[in-house]
Amino acid sequence: MNKTTMELSGDRELVISRVFRAVPRIVFDAYTKAEFVSRWWAPKSHGAALVECTADVRVGGKYRYVMSVREQGTVAFSGEYREVSPHTRLVYTQVFEPMADAGALVATVTFEEVNGHTRLTSREVYPSKEAREAALSSGMEHGMRESMDQLDALVASF
Amino acid sequence: MHMSLAALGDPNRFRIVELLRDGALPVNDIVAALRLQQPQVSKHLKVLKAAKLVDVEPRGQQRLYALQPATLHELHAWLERYRQLWDARFDAMDEVIDELAAKDAQCPPPERKQS
Repeated sequence: MNKTTMELSGDRELVISRVFRAVPRIVFDAYTKAEFVSRWWAPKSHGAALVECTADVRVGGKYRYVMSVREQGTVAFSGEYREVSPHTRLVYTQVFEPMADAGALVATVTFEEVNGHTRLTSREVYPSKEAREAALSSGMEHGMRESMDQLDALVASF
Repeated sequence: MHMSLAALGDPNRFRIVELLRDGALPVNDIVAALRLQQPQVSKHLKVLKAAKLVDVEPRGQQRLYALQPATLHELHAWLERYRQLWDARFDAMDEVIDELAAKDAQCPPPERKQS
């Protein structure tokens, strides 16, 4: 029941979903408030830690999460809230700062109550299919990413 | 993996892969099932072949197109790594939520109607 599901939709979207054993009000707080985000955004099991976390959760407000990853230094994600409907819906942009030129993704997160639990669904729309692939590759070693770029050039030649 | 994902990004190529899940087929059968023009299907098959998602198997006089499950498995494994990142995040979020729920049970906030 607690397993996270992930689906690709079209060539620019990614849908991630999971059920949490608490009401939406609690899940919404855990998902948005900086003091809580700092405890889950950079999972220890992935050798990551959050070194900076600010979130001004209101329409037009900004957030910035800076993560340090073992042997890779620090990387920052930042963006702006476009819609904040407490406990039900959140829309925000997100830029992966090292690749800011690629543009911002827009995430729509819904919190749906199901028998006292909450189904959280995050639909991320990337600015391009390349940006989505870069995000999906974020766990990969650099060398591997380069060889994929070569393959990509090849597929583009058809 | 990048290439196979790019290849699958096209809806018609995705339909071809789905069609071939039930078994290898000659190009004519693919054309008939998808109701596309033969040159279009041939072009899609060429991309799928280059991405190692399908391969050609000669059978008698025919050339059959068959899925290459190894590539699909690799693609799946690649996507699985990103899913696992979110799974790890949400496992950590579960701990936060359990703490908040425990506090909440001791001292529930007043009910508020949302407008």
